[in-house]
Amino acid sequence: MIMVQSIKSSRPLQFALLAAVFFILYFSVGPSENNILWRFPDLIAGVPAMLNNSVEFLMFEWMPIESYNAEIEDYEETALLRQITRGISGALLFCIQFIREILVGGVKTIVAFTSWDFVDENEWAYWPALPWTVVTAFAVILGYALSGRWLAAFVGSALVYIAVFGQWAPAMETLSFVLIAAPLSVLLGLAFGVWAYKSQTVEAILSPLLNVAQTMPHFSYLVPVTVLFGVGDHAGAIATIIFATPPMIRLTLLGLKAISPEVIEAGMMSGCNRFQLLFRVLIPTARHNILVGVNQVIMQCLAMAVIASFIGAKGLGFNLLLALNQLRIGQALELGICIVLIALILDRLSLGWANKQIDYFADLKFIERHKYALIFIGCLFVGIVLAYAGAYIFEGGINYFYLIPHNKGITTEQFWQSGVDWMVDNWYQGLQVFNRALITNVLIPMKTAYLGMPVSATFVLVMGIGYIVGGVRSALVVGSFLLFIALTEWWDRALITAYMTTFAVIVSVIIGSIVGILCAQNALATKFILLVCDTLQTFPSFIYLIPVIMLFGVTDTSVLIAVIIYATIPATRYTVEGLRNVPQALQDAGSMSGVNRMQRLLKIELPLAFPHIMLGINQTVVFALFMVIIGAMIGTDDLGQFILKALSDKNGIGNGLMLGLCVAFIGLTVDHLILRWAADRKKALGLA
Amino acid sequence: MSGETPENREHPVLKCDSVYKIFGAETDRMMRQSNGVIDVEAFKDAGCIFGVNNASFEVHKGEMLVVMGLSGSGKSTLLRCISRLTDTTSGNISVDGENLLAMNAKELIQVRRNKMGMVFQSFALLPHKTVLENIAFPLQMKGMSTEDSIKRAASMVELVSLSGRENYFPRQLSGGQQQRVGIARSLAVEPEIWFLDEPFSALDPLIRKEMQDEFLRLQGMLHKTILFVTHDFDEALRLADRIAIMKDGVIEQIDAPANIVLNPATDYVARFTNEVPREKVLKCADVMEKRADSSKLSELKVPGNAIIETVAEAVLNETKPVPVVDGKDKIIGVLKRKSVIHILFGENEAAPVSAS
Repeated sequence: MIMVQSIKSSRPLQFALLAAVFFILYFSVGPSENNILWRFPDLIAGVPAMLNNSVEFLMFEWMPIESYNAEIEDYEETALLRQITRGISGALLFCIQFIREILVGGVKTIVAFTSWDFVDENEWAYWPALPWTVVTAFAVILGYALSGRWLAAFVGSALVYIAVFGQWAPAMETLSFVLIAAPLSVLLGLAFGVWAYKSQTVEAILSPLLNVAQTMPHFSYLVPVTVLFGVGDHAGAIATIIFATPPMIRLTLLGLKAISPEVIEAGMMSGCNRFQLLFRVLIPTARHNILVGVNQVIMQCLAMAVIASFIGAKGLGFNLLLALNQLRIGQALELGICIVLIALILDRLSLGWANKQIDYFADLKFIERHKYALIFIGCLFVGIVLAYAGAYIFEGGINYFYLIPHNKGITTEQFWQSGVDWMVDNWYQGLQVFNRALITNVLIPMKTAYLGMPVSATFVLVMGIGYIVGGVRSALVVGSFLLFIALTEWWDRALITAYMTTFAVIVSVIIGSIVGILCAQNALATKFILLVCDTLQTFPSFIYLIPVIMLFGVTDTSVLIAVIIYATIPATRYTVEGLRNVPQALQDAGSMSGVNRMQRLLKIELPLAFPHIMLGINQTVVFALFMVIIGAMIGTDDLGQFILKALSDKNGIGNGLMLGLCVAFIGLTVDHLILRWAADRKKALGLA
Repeated sequence: MSGETPENREHPVLKCDSVYKIFGAETDRMMRQSNGVIDVEAFKDAGCIFGVNNASFEVHKGEMLVVMGLSGSGKSTLLRCISRLTDTTSGNISVDGENLLAMNAKELIQVRRNKMGMVFQSFALLPHKTVLENIAFPLQMKGMSTEDSIKRAASMVELVSLSGRENYFPRQLSGGQQQRVGIARSLAVEPEIWFLDEPFSALDPLIRKEMQDEFLRLQGMLHKTILFVTHDFDEALRLADRIAIMKDGVIEQIDAPANIVLNPATDYVARFTNEVPREKVLKCADVMEKRADSSKLSELKVPGNAIIETVAEAVLNETKPVPVVDGKDKIIGVLKRKSVIHILFGENEAAPVSAS
């Protein structure tokens, strides 16, 4: 009786008991085909095929309608859904090409209104590109208008770099695709955000969907998109939109909910009708959060730039993928830098926009009010004149004032390549020793241990933690996540994913918290490390693969190191934030109690920051999971590899979705446990 | 402050009749079962909470009714029922003789655009608009052109003494200045009825006093019909023509400030009035006596609406009764030293009160 009481009241005892049960199960249940305690039967292994069939039915047979197909110049029968997706694809493709041709020139927009014959007959029917100087001038003016000369200088030099290094055309292709995907995501996100704000039912339905959408790996969006929309820039844009919309919905909803009820009442008492209230009171008042959402959308779009090239999106991402496949590390590096630069430009511009305080213009003169527009028109004129002049100056050669063609600029590829060669020559042996030692002494034993875990033991462990942390409800939630994975045929693959994630998270958290704790001791260092985290976070995840392949070649170690680098960012950031946000009053109370530096850290700062650090660990897990899946590109044998296979499979949609859900559920299990714990803990500490 | 004439009395600007606001999941079911007859005990047993419990009163043209109550007393809920920012559970509210609760959304918007103005505790200015734009906002909602509305807003800025800050954003203003913008915004459409929801509660004491003076100055010019909500009894005494004191959703007493101070209706009201210095609240007209025909009067005259404190010293120096005069210098009564001494130093017994 006393024992039961003490177990009920003490968490360490509860965990000890749980661990004991776990290990007893672990060692007593042996591997055997038919033992349900060892592995569950794959009861839902048939679901992917069912999904495939139903999608196929919807796409090709359901509700056929007669329609005109311009390609074969005849009427044909197509399913309604296919007709719809074809319409969407066409519209999107037209928009992307339109923007693209403004930026780099082309004929497809003209073709859309006339025909290929028309373009062939008339030589003048070509849409000229804007000279790169004009685009750069525009960006510089925008940067200056939004946040002053430093941003203008950065934007200017970044674009000059891209132009001079001969990556202008692919960079503009990427940009054109972002310029379509981002606004659409923003609009969709705003619409759903407002809808969820107005209706609690919608919010209740959307919220779990958003959770899943934000933990599904990027790859698994690609399969259904290719099935529904085919392959090409538009498909890439759609996959990007699906991926980029959820954070926008979240932030819109957050912003709207944060509006003080009195402001809404003031709007109503001013006699606003519903539309006036929405567009003139609610959305402008939530402006800041919404603009942060826009920033998030742009970042997600660029993160998808490389991944979308798997299904035919052109641009820097496609070239980067090609270079990586050919192991041309130098070129990949240059392309990677360009992607990072575009990401940084758009990130800083949109942040500048978000943080910009509106000025009042009404009492300024016309010239003052429109000075930026006027300067731009001037630049446009000068740029065009320069481009024409360039045609004579560089007669016959490349017109450097108009457009520097792909790979005709300066290149440092040779330099990087020789650097890589040098490193391979000199460090290869040493790195291989490290590599082999790591694999044989740590990774393989850990993998074996994970794979040797009976399914019953896993359930007891995870549901037990769920019960201790959040009661019966949490236990059931995480249990059902696990059950889904256990009933598919990929349980072992999921265990491998879990092992890689666990390893990476442990290392990341150790590195992250040490760096975080050290940097948090000093205001300057704090500022610096947060800036570094901000910058690194804008890098699309693929970029992290480049240097590790350079150093370690194509091995498991490469994947893990990329994962660790990527996942260390949130671990560091949350540690620093948690430590710096300890209330000043408590710090002062500590100082007056006479703590020394170490005591302050151990007795005051760390305990109070711990819940926030746990949220960082949660982010670390999500980041690591994403990167592990992307690591499939290099070659792993976990869920990610299967998702990659589903991509090239004609009937991959079922497998792709189910695998994506498996990954999402691993993430959501951890997410649920940590969030639940952190919320309780913050409440207990009075920080919430 | 009181522009009351008999015909105004017959047509109150605002009339509330048995207004109830009941919260709780069971409310709808209970209302259906009881056919609209509200048995307070039965509702409470069902877990309902009364935000406003059977409030009935009228506000006449040019009159300022201050609703006073501590937090949770239902005063803001009452105000929100009357402005229809929340739905009323039962009862009737009419504005200018029109049934407010029967209006559809369109009619309600029309009423708000033309007849109502409201000031909020936390100012509730739109952060993305300048002072001028904030003030012009209700006018623009009505469909007034930008130019006209800005012109009108500019004259409102002058009215609330904010000239020179037209193009500031709310974040650049102090609390007092922000509330001046809120006041200007609520007055921009020239509302017939003016709601103020604890307008000065978020301000520092000194600024609050200054804003109260400013408010009285404005009201002296505009003679609006006002429903003013506050938790500050002193503020209520300072401003009100009549005060309604609320507790747990019930209006405990509704009367002129002097009567509330002199004759608190319940123990609860008395807890507020006990501490109040009478000489700061009562006016000469509240405590004057009828003039006995034979009595000789002093040379000194005091106006009927003067606060006792301001004339006490002069009256105490007179041996003869001091005549109290109205605005047209007509003697309406006399003030004796005895009564002033009683007010200044006396116990809590009620002094004679003239009908107001």
